[in-house]
Amino acid sequence: MDATDLAVSLGGTTILDGVSLSVKSGELVGLVGPNGAGKTTLLRTLAGYLTPDAGSVRVDGDDVHALTSKAASRRVAVVPQSSAFSFDFPVRDVVAMGRHPYRSRLRPADDADGAARVEEALERCELTALADRPVTAVSGGERRRVLLARALAQDTPVTLLDEPTAGLDVNHQVRTLDLVRDLVDEGRRAVAAIHDLGLAARYCDRLVVLSGGCVHAVGPPSEVVTRDTLRDAFDATAAVGTDPVTGTPSVTPLTHPADRDTHVHVLGAGDAATGLLEPLVTAGYHVTVGPVVDGGLDHEAARRLDRPAVTTPPFGAVGDDAFERAAAYCRDADGVVIPDDARDVGVNARLADIADETVVVDRTHATVRNLVADALHETDPTSVSSE
Amino acid sequence: MPLGRLRVATWTSALAVLLVAVCIAGAAMGTIDIPPRFVLASVLNALGVSTGVTVPDPYPFVVTTLRMPRVALGAVVGTGLAAAGTVMQGFFRNPMADPAIIGVSSGAATGAVLVIAAGVALPLGLPFAAFCGALLAAFGVYAIATEGGRTPVATLLLAGVAVQTFLGAVVSLLLVRTDDHSLREAIVWLMGSLRNTMWSEVATALPVVLLGLVVLFAYARDLNVLLLSEEDAHALGIEVERTKRVLLAVSAVVTAACVAFVGIIGFVGLVVPHVMRLLVGPDHRILLPTSALAGGVFLVAVDTVTRLGATSLPVGIATAFVGAPFFLYLLRKREVHEL
Repeated sequence: MDATDLAVSLGGTTILDGVSLSVKSGELVGLVGPNGAGKTTLLRTLAGYLTPDAGSVRVDGDDVHALTSKAASRRVAVVPQSSAFSFDFPVRDVVAMGRHPYRSRLRPADDADGAARVEEALERCELTALADRPVTAVSGGERRRVLLARALAQDTPVTLLDEPTAGLDVNHQVRTLDLVRDLVDEGRRAVAAIHDLGLAARYCDRLVVLSGGCVHAVGPPSEVVTRDTLRDAFDATAAVGTDPVTGTPSVTPLTHPADRDTHVHVLGAGDAATGLLEPLVTAGYHVTVGPVVDGGLDHEAARRLDRPAVTTPPFGAVGDDAFERAAAYCRDADGVVIPDDARDVGVNARLADIADETVVVDRTHATVRNLVADALHETDPTSVSSE
Repeated sequence: MPLGRLRVATWTSALAVLLVAVCIAGAAMGTIDIPPRFVLASVLNALGVSTGVTVPDPYPFVVTTLRMPRVALGAVVGTGLAAAGTVMQGFFRNPMADPAIIGVSSGAATGAVLVIAAGVALPLGLPFAAFCGALLAAFGVYAIATEGGRTPVATLLLAGVAVQTFLGAVVSLLLVRTDDHSLREAIVWLMGSLRNTMWSEVATALPVVLLGLVVLFAYARDLNVLLLSEEDAHALGIEVERTKRVLLAVSAVVTAACVAFVGIIGFVGLVVPHVMRLLVGPDHRILLPTSALAGGVFLVAVDTVTRLGATSLPVGIATAFVGAPFFLYLLRKREVHEL
């Protein structure tokens, strides 16, 4: 599937402007982007439902918009985000509607092959037991599977999915995407709009970041899911790291940081600093951290938050070099934060002596930013406390 | 799509038999009661089928000239209105939709009252004016609601309501301005009546309704898919706008042909599809034929009962009298609100 230079405007407003996209056989392309970026409009255009003002969508060389609906629906299937199931058709009948593109009005007989595909689709989507239930009587998650099964029965080379995981529980999110992944691995092509960047990064071969109706970035998830992309495309502040289980990018959205010109250094030991960094960063402090163990949780937190950290190798003493760098941060800092757990570590005691101002913080303390602000005699711009 | 063909056949043939039975009963009952076998024999003899039964006078005349046209037109009109109602409810995904929703009935009323008020006396002038008025109104509603080749269903619905209200005012204005004799004639037409039906009317309405039904049945599966949403329907290979145009146009023509001869008959197109949906489910491949037949049964039965009554009510009043409370009962009792 190749979409070239698509431009779409609805009611005089330009929604898409020069969007190109290609999907190869056996490839799952994730469509990500902020709300209102034009993801749904793009999917509708790819499906042939909306006609672009410029550009074209081709599947195996055929222009989708030049084909009849019937011919187009044999090439592209759509899994909508929701469907109006106001009539109590049995689940099987709704799935069987996926065979509509293959039926002729004059010869409406059901072919055996079509019936077999319907049963297969029901089975793959774990709907066999529900096949005779009215679609109005099954749960929201099951309805989503009904829509997926319908697209499966449609048996098209290209499948477009609009938010296939929205509104599903964690288990069904993964199961749904596993199924989509299986279909793609069998040689189909799929484009899925997915809001959850972690899931998108985990399941998709490539991500297309759509922002303001244009393609902001395209590429493998590891290249596309970055702090910069999140800032520029989503206007979001986020910590981005690698999920240790899946090895794919994972994203932690953060509160927009306030503006401050105060340097705070956080001492480590064990994983004592984990959880203290985020509130301080969000409060707008220039945070440095260390010494912390290389590869430990503290270090990972600092990495994801993109903060400088002084590291020491695991199982080793803090070397002179590391101590000196940490001491430099402490001297420069307006205040040094000592996690309660890290208080008794010898190195930290020596570093604390260097500091102008020290604050001991219980690591479970939720109001670390207020404690720091009090110690530094400044008003917290993010605090609404009237104290 | 799996659909028990046996189930369709059973329901359809049972209702067809019921329709024939109701028609015979309708022709048998009246100021003089005629034994059903003589009714059947009269009809068959008139059709040129030799039955060997000698029907005593005046039964053949009463059956074939007086009662049968009325019964037949009732069956045709009931069938057409119920089928058009089924299609409109599916089309609009709205339980309150009926054939009148796109302005057909009010258009027909305007045409009919205009002819009556103007005192035009041409053969079939009244039904012709009503038919044209109906189609003009429906086309007007469609044209108003269409923009850039697309006709959003919600816009169509609102345009239909507005046009109905406007034409209602036009009819009222005409009624206020007209003399007493015409006023009475107009009101009888507006209430809907099968009185004084002639075979020529049946012969005109029947082919139009039959042809329309054939087309609508051919679109039964598309109508099923269209129930999901227009976007889904497109993704499943339906030329949405073209299908909508066909369904609207055919429903409008069928409804127009029905109301042109008998006037406004309410609730057949609203209640019958509902009842059948509760009985056979939402699949139009069974719902459409069964609703159509049940509509015929309903209208012939109601008309026969009203004909027997002392005051001989116009059938449009009777269908509303029976239909509205029944609809309210369904509304309270079952899932009519879910369509």
